[in-house]
This record gives sequence, structure tokens and C-alpha cells, in this order.
Amino acid sequence: MGYCPNTPEEIREMLAVIGAGSVEELFSPIPQQLRAKSFELPAGMSEFELMGIMREKARVGGTEIVPFIGGGIYDHVIPAAVDHLAGRAEFYTAYTPYQPECSQGTLQALYEYQSAICRLTGLEASNASLYDGGTAVAEAALMALRVTGRNAVVLDASVNPLHREIVCGYLASLSAGVVEVAPAGCASDLERLMGCIGPETAAVVVQNPNFFGTVADFTALAAKAHEAGALLIVACYPVALGLVKSPGEMGADIAVGEGQSLGNTLSFGGPYFGFIATRKRFIRNLPGRIVGETVDQQGRRGYVLTLQAREQHIKRHKATSNICSNQSLCALRGLIFAAALGKRGFEELATLNYDKARYAQGLLGAIKGVSVLNRESFNEFTLALPKPAAKVVTRLLDRGVAAGVPLGAYYPGMDHALVVTVTEKRTKAEIDALAALLEEALWN
Amino acid sequence: MELIYEKSVAGRTGVRIPLSDVPKAAPLPASLRRGDAAAFPEVSELDLVRHYTNLSRRNFSVDTNFYPLGSCTMKYNAKVMEQAGALFAGCHPMLALLPGGERLVQGPLSLVYEVEQQLAEITGMDEVTTQPLAGAHGEMTGIMVIAAYHKARGEKRKYVIVPDSSHGTNPASAAMAGYEIITIPTAPYGDMDLDAYRAAMNGEVAAVMMTCPNTLGIFNPHIAEICEIAHQAGALTYYDGANLNAIMGKVRPGDVGFDVIHVNLHKTFGTPHGGGGPGSGPVGVKKGLIPYLPTPRVVRTADGSFGVEAHPEGIGRVSDFFGNFGIMARAFAYITLLGGEGLIEVSEMAVLNANYMMARLKGEYELPFETTCMHECVFSASRQLKEGVHAIDIAKYLIDRGFHPPTVYFPLNVKEAIMIEPTETESKQTMDAFIEVMLEAARMTRENPAALHEAPVSTPVGRLDETRAARAQQVCCEG
Amino acid sequence: MSMYFTKEHEWVKVDGSQATVGISGHAAHELGDITFVELPQMGKVVKQFDTLAGIESVKAASDIYSPVSGKVVQVNGKLEDAPELVNESAEDAGWICKLEAVDASELAALMDAAAYAEYLKGLE
Repeated sequence: MGYCPNTPEEIREMLAVIGAGSVEELFSPIPQQLRAKSFELPAGMSEFELMGIMREKARVGGTEIVPFIGGGIYDHVIPAAVDHLAGRAEFYTAYTPYQPECSQGTLQALYEYQSAICRLTGLEASNASLYDGGTAVAEAALMALRVTGRNAVVLDASVNPLHREIVCGYLASLSAGVVEVAPAGCASDLERLMGCIGPETAAVVVQNPNFFGTVADFTALAAKAHEAGALLIVACYPVALGLVKSPGEMGADIAVGEGQSLGNTLSFGGPYFGFIATRKRFIRNLPGRIVGETVDQQGRRGYVLTLQAREQHIKRHKATSNICSNQSLCALRGLIFAAALGKRGFEELATLNYDKARYAQGLLGAIKGVSVLNRESFNEFTLALPKPAAKVVTRLLDRGVAAGVPLGAYYPGMDHALVVTVTEKRTKAEIDALAALLEEALWN
Repeated sequence: MELIYEKSVAGRTGVRIPLSDVPKAAPLPASLRRGDAAAFPEVSELDLVRHYTNLSRRNFSVDTNFYPLGSCTMKYNAKVMEQAGALFAGCHPMLALLPGGERLVQGPLSLVYEVEQQLAEITGMDEVTTQPLAGAHGEMTGIMVIAAYHKARGEKRKYVIVPDSSHGTNPASAAMAGYEIITIPTAPYGDMDLDAYRAAMNGEVAAVMMTCPNTLGIFNPHIAEICEIAHQAGALTYYDGANLNAIMGKVRPGDVGFDVIHVNLHKTFGTPHGGGGPGSGPVGVKKGLIPYLPTPRVVRTADGSFGVEAHPEGIGRVSDFFGNFGIMARAFAYITLLGGEGLIEVSEMAVLNANYMMARLKGEYELPFETTCMHECVFSASRQLKEGVHAIDIAKYLIDRGFHPPTVYFPLNVKEAIMIEPTETESKQTMDAFIEVMLEAARMTRENPAALHEAPVSTPVGRLDETRAARAQQVCCEG
Repeated sequence: MSMYFTKEHEWVKVDGSQATVGISGHAAHELGDITFVELPQMGKVVKQFDTLAGIESVKAASDIYSPVSGKVVQVNGKLEDAPELVNESAEDAGWICKLEAVDASELAALMDAAAYAEYLKGLE
């Protein structure tokens, strides 16, 4: 039981060394009135019984449903090498690399990961990962408050609604202001966003592609923000960055995003990883762990956790963030994924997603009464349906397809809108079937 | 060892991506496209596998070395848990939030519900949320729940009290939730100075955050009184569950008087540490705080099925879905596998092992507090310091002898601290081997301290220039 | 000009109505290799013992408290690129900032060099 190896004989020996008569004696400093009032848990079992229970739970997990859904989490291919390498026990049973000499595996991998994120986003400094995409946007907003010394954030409402809830929660705790700017159809309302930037604005936060799937260029917005002494934060979808303009190229100050689409499984919500990258001059304001390059006394190159004075274990309540754990293993999977595909493979993957989505968009947009709302998009696009989207989705789920995310719950007045996601895993046959099912659901 | 980027050769191809079965589309306009492709490395799959396989071999890990990092609970990660977690790889979380989607994901939803129940019973709390993605995230969530509670009562409380021995995440999390911190020093008995605490507690304090046993591995006999004092002033009590491995089945924070707690699944419940994460920090609360939990919640409906319900009065969302489900699935597997008796045995053996360590090492190493420890023991290398040997030198020597060092320089209120947490999964023979080397290091301090200053010499790199790293700030490789 | 010291290990040299502030050699030694000095904003007004600046090493971070009241009129820009100056010469070239409108009577609350040396002995 419990993987406790010591035999009764060994236990006796140890008690003798300690000078205690029994194991229970070791708990004697705990007063009787503090003892557990109950500890009702079922009896344990063997691996065999356990896997029976787990398999039964996994059986009704929605894995047979064809997912044309995203919502920030995407069904992408994961090369076999990712599981194999991230599954090495030296990686997954190690801990935070506090002793760098015996943790160069983790440290160098995180340095390579940081480098990958900088290359992906077109920025200059990254940390060793955050918890997820939603908290990453929140941490970026807090970072902007620190950098500028200001107390308010302008938040584009075409940023993922789940992420916006998280951001608002974090900012409300610190009594910082949030101004949400409604979208103009499926795109950011650039004019209004620019109009909302004032002397108290620490940052403007946008997402590319946005929750509707629209791809945009925020270069002009970056310039406007900078004029007012504010920062531009761009939340992005990593696979899209194989094709679309990077935050760095737009002049953004901070890029964040959900890293799940890089080599991490859907796993019903996690674990994933958030990434954050910024300009070199803001590096001291980054939250979380950072790995840096250095040398040892013999001049051999090595890697260490660095700039630790920013973190909670040193600065305590004045730390840049309360973060302790990062998402090391998930970030490692992301890195291996990127390296497995390589520079060209990653670009090809993005292009394939784009092509598949255009095919689906053409087919679905041609259905009577259906129109496509986005001008330009990557692998997600928004349809306007002639019927409420929620009902259509429910009906199609019964037919084994998750047709998209209905927007009525997130955007007032948009209950006929549906965001459809098409990744490289959706075959032509699946897309054709979706079109047929959708037509039937709308008109039969 | 070269970086993966240094092994890159232009034109090398890696994995093949799926073939296209659709027409090539007209590209995005240039103004929306990126200029150059992201410069990911170009290596063959063999080079990729060799690189990361070799890189992994530069790590110490639980599966390869004794890893007694105090405060981290580096117990064995059961392999069946990995098998169990992998079963849910293909479950899309968005299905649970789609209209009509809940019935398709009853399996995972039942797991969320049941692991919350398991944790509630283990900790003596009324309800649990699994949304927080790590321990520190749980601390922040818990303090936000406390803030919402006070706000709903129209109370304006500004402060959170923490002992100076607390983990840095405690004050950092309270600060993120908008509070100012009052720090109370440690008294000679080994935990928070009660007089200073009583003096600091008043109607402006929102909460006190305690770890029990504390970061010195000592069970605070006044813990119930500390909760009482807080409650009398209308403040709430927060329990940091990082050290829960010491008391399962013996003490439940909910029974003692704690209103809000968090647990670390990657510590107590054996999910792998992953090189620094991912973790998971579920938060438990007493009845009066249930309304303030994050949204949404998994509920059991009248027909016995599981649903997803909005929780509008609460603090909102702290993560997108239900938390780090893959980690929760592993923890559920662990709790189910061990059962109640198994968990009790875990705590008993964890405490036995740490006391054995303490008894065998206290001859050579200074014990700052002379009391029985629980699942971890803290020494000070103050005797060794007299010969010019620091805790860090002992740590580096251990590396040469094949052991991952214990935690050093924490907690902050012990000089040259060495915190050893063997965990229950270590055998007497492993511990004896470690103890021998610790005793050897103490002897070498007297006989040959220079050798300790040189360590480690057997690793691919020796002691690294951390000053240079912090000043140069080279965090990504040029390219 | 004499140097005066605070319990928190800052030093000050007063010259008329101007003062120069830094941290003591002892403090620099305790911190270890300095990696960053958070210099105060020009024009910042502080009261005696208010937080004035910040300093970081590899393993620690500390606030620097002002030994006297005054207004920041100069900062040691060299510390931006060479924080190690504080380790090399904490009580001279590693000065942190200069204050104006200083009241010399506040020095009575501080220790002179001899008293500080005694104080350090007591800390051991």
C-alpha cells in the first residue's frame, strides 16, 4: 500500500534509533482534541481494479465527437516523439532546478523553450512558462501596471471571454480599472480602442486571431498606445503564428498566449502552459521563472534560474507575481513539438490549417441563409446562421459533431453566431459531413 | 552540450505533417502575414531524439536519485497514474460548456466531482474547487474568496497576517489579492509568536495564513487557539496544505478551525513534478464561503448525472475550465488506489522516515528547534560554518555522491538552513546511504573543507556564475 | 565630512544642505554580488527612514531607507550598467544618490563610524 517500502523489522529498527516506542508516539505532540473527526474513504485496490474504474470514466469523455471547436484549445497532431521524449522519467520526475549542476537537462530545455517563444512571437525575452493562456493575459496586464506605474487597462472584448473574466478578476483585486471595448461585428473596433487610451492607461489588450477568428494587424494601435505612454499586449494562438504577423512585427510590447496547441493534449482542460514574451528592457518586470545562460569556473557554458530577486521566494509580497510552479513539462512538450516540426514544417502546418478552413468556409458559407462574418481569418471563422446557434449545436452533438462554439452566451445579440474551428486533423470527408449535417439541421 | 538550434541545418526536415485533401487557398494579404518564418530548429527526428534523450540524462530525478527536497514532497510517482491520466488525452474541455454537451462528458465531470469530494473528506472541508492551477494559484484564489466574503458583509479589512517562516507564495498571493501583509516572527517554541500575533489581530485583519506542520516540520500545538483568536476578531483562517503529507488521517485542517485551505496535488498526492510543473492547487472551504467559490461548478443533478452550473455570486473564473484535469485525474487515481488506510500509512511512514533522519544526523548538524519533527526536519549548518563550510557546499558535495540535495536556505528564519523531507516512499537502506554521506561531509568539514568548496566535480558543469547570469540577462539564444 | 550610519546599514555624508547616500560595506557584503540597483526617481521627496531605493543581488532583495529627509537631485547613473560598483566601493564610488534640502540635525538620530562599528559587532 502507498508505496511505503519499509518492513516491520526496519520500522522497529528506526523507532529504536529515534527512541520512540511506536509510530503513533511520533504524533503525540498533536493534542487529542485536534485529531481527525472522520476519515471515511473507501478501501484501496490494485492497479487492475483502478484502471477498470478509470477506463469506465474515460469511456464517456466525448472523444468520439468530431471537434470543430476551439475556444482557445485546439485539436492538433502531436508527433510520437513528443510523448516519448517528454515521457522520460528524468524530465517528468525532476523538480524545479534549484541545484543547476544536476538539473542541466531541465534548465537547458527551458532556455531552448524561451528561445523558441522569442522566435515565435518576434520579441526579445521570454520566461519559462506560466500556468495557461488566461492567467498569462492577466499577468501581462499586471506587468503593464508595474512598467508604466499606471492603474487601468483597455481590454478589447474580442479577446477570449473566458480569459477576460480571469483578467477582470485579477485587476479587480488590485482595484485597477478595466475598460472593455465592444467589437465591431467580428473585428476589433480600432477607432474606439484608440479613443479609450488615456493618461491612466497602462496597456491595451487585444487578441490575434481574435475569439471570432478574425486576423488583423495592430501596428497602428501599437503606435497610438506608445504615443500615450501605454503598452500593447497581444494575446496570440501559436499555430496561427506560423502564418500571421507576429506581435513583435506589429510593435507589441508583450505577447502572451495559450501554448496547448503546441504538443499538448486536450485532456479536458489541462495541464497546458501559458507563454509570455516581451522587449529586453522590460525583462525585470516579467513574472515567473526565467532561465539564463552563464558559465562555470572552467568556462563551460551552463544554464541557471536567474533574476530570482523578482520572485516570491525572495521579494515575498513585493514580488512581480506569486507564481512558484511553472508548467515545465508542458513547455517541454511545446518545445519538442516545435523542434520536431522545424521551421518549415511549422509554416506548412499553419498553411494546412488555413487551407482546410478556407475549404470549410466556402462550403458552409454556401448553405442557404448562412453567411461568413469575418473578412480575414486563420483556422476559425464566424458564421451567421438563420436559426439560434445554440439549438443547432445541440442537435449536431446528437449526430456526433461539435459544430462550433455558439456566441450567444458570450456576446449579447449574437445568438445566431457560431465560431467554427478547422485544424489539420479535420478531413475533407469530415468537413463535407459537417456541411451536410448543418444544412439538414437548418432546413429540415 | 550544444543547443538544439546549434544542431540545426537549413533544409533538414522533421516530422511529416498530414497530407492536404483540400484545394490550396489564396493566401492572406501580405499586411497580415508574418515576414520570415519562425526560426525553429531544422533537425532530423533522430537528432531530435538524441538531443533530448541526452539532455534528460543531465538531470537528477526521483526515478534516478534520492531527492529529499524539503517542502516539495518528492515521493515516488506511480506509473499506473500516468496510464490513468493518458486515458483522457482526447477529451475537449469546451464540450462541457456547449449547450447539450454535458451528457457527452459525464466521465470526466464525474471525476471532477469525485476528486473534490475525496479532497473535502481528507481535509475536513465542506466543498472544494479544482480550478486553481498550482499551489500559489490556490492561495490567491483562497484569499480572493476571503476578500469576497468580507466585502459581502460590508467589512473593510486591509491586512493578512503571515508567520515569517511562511513560504513566500503566502504573502505574495495575499498581495495579489489586494492585501497588505503583517509578518509575525517565530518564537523559541518553533512557530508564530502568540503574543505578537494577538497584538496584531484586530478588526482590520482579513485573514491569517498558517502552514501546519510549519516549514520547520513542527506541529503547532497552539494551532486551534490561533484560529480562535482570528475568529473572535471576525477574521478568517487560511491553511497552506503544502505539508499535508504529515497528517493525513491524523488531523484535518477543517476540524481544527480553518475556513479555507489549499492542497498541492503534485506534492501530497504523488502527481509528477515535471521539472517544475505542472501542479494543481485545489481549494477547500467551509459552508459559509461556498457562495464565493469560482465559477462554474460541477453538480450532481436529481437523476444522478453530472452538470455544469454557473456560480454567479463567486469570485469569477481563475482558470478557463475545471483546473488541470490531467493532474486531477492522476491524483484521483492515487487516492482511489491507496484508499483511506493507504493514505494514513503514507503520513505515518513519512513522519517516521523524517524522525529517523533527524535522530541520525543531529549528532553532527545543529537542530535550531529541539522537538520531534513531522514529515521534514530542518538543520542549520551553523557548526560547519565555523570551519568556513556553508550549507551550499554540503549540498554540492551530495551531488557528487549521487544524491539530490535537500532544500537549502529555506525557511528564511534559520541560518544556513538544510531542510530534509525523505517522504514515505524511501527505504531505510536509501536513507542510510544518504545519512552516511551527510556524516562524511561533516567529517570533511573538519578534515578537508577545501574539497567541499570545489564540489560538484562529477557533473557536466560545476558551480555556475549566477552573478554573470543576472547581469547579462541572456535568456534566449540569438538567431 | 563624516559619515553617519543607520541601523539598516545605509550611510550618509552631509555637505551643507546636500547629502550623499549609499549602503555600507557590511550591507554590500551581506547581499553578495549586486545585480541591480533600483535608483530613485529624480525629484522624489523622502522623509527620514522612508523607502528611497531598492537593491538586488542574486539571492536577495532589499529596500534602501533614506538616512535623512530631502529631495533627490542626482542619481549615480554608473550603477545602471555596473551595479558591481556597490560591491567594489560601497562607501565611495558606489554612492546611490544625492539629496537636497537636508536638515543636518537629523544626523543626531544616526550612528557615527565608531558607533556603527560597535553596532556591527553586537550583531554577530
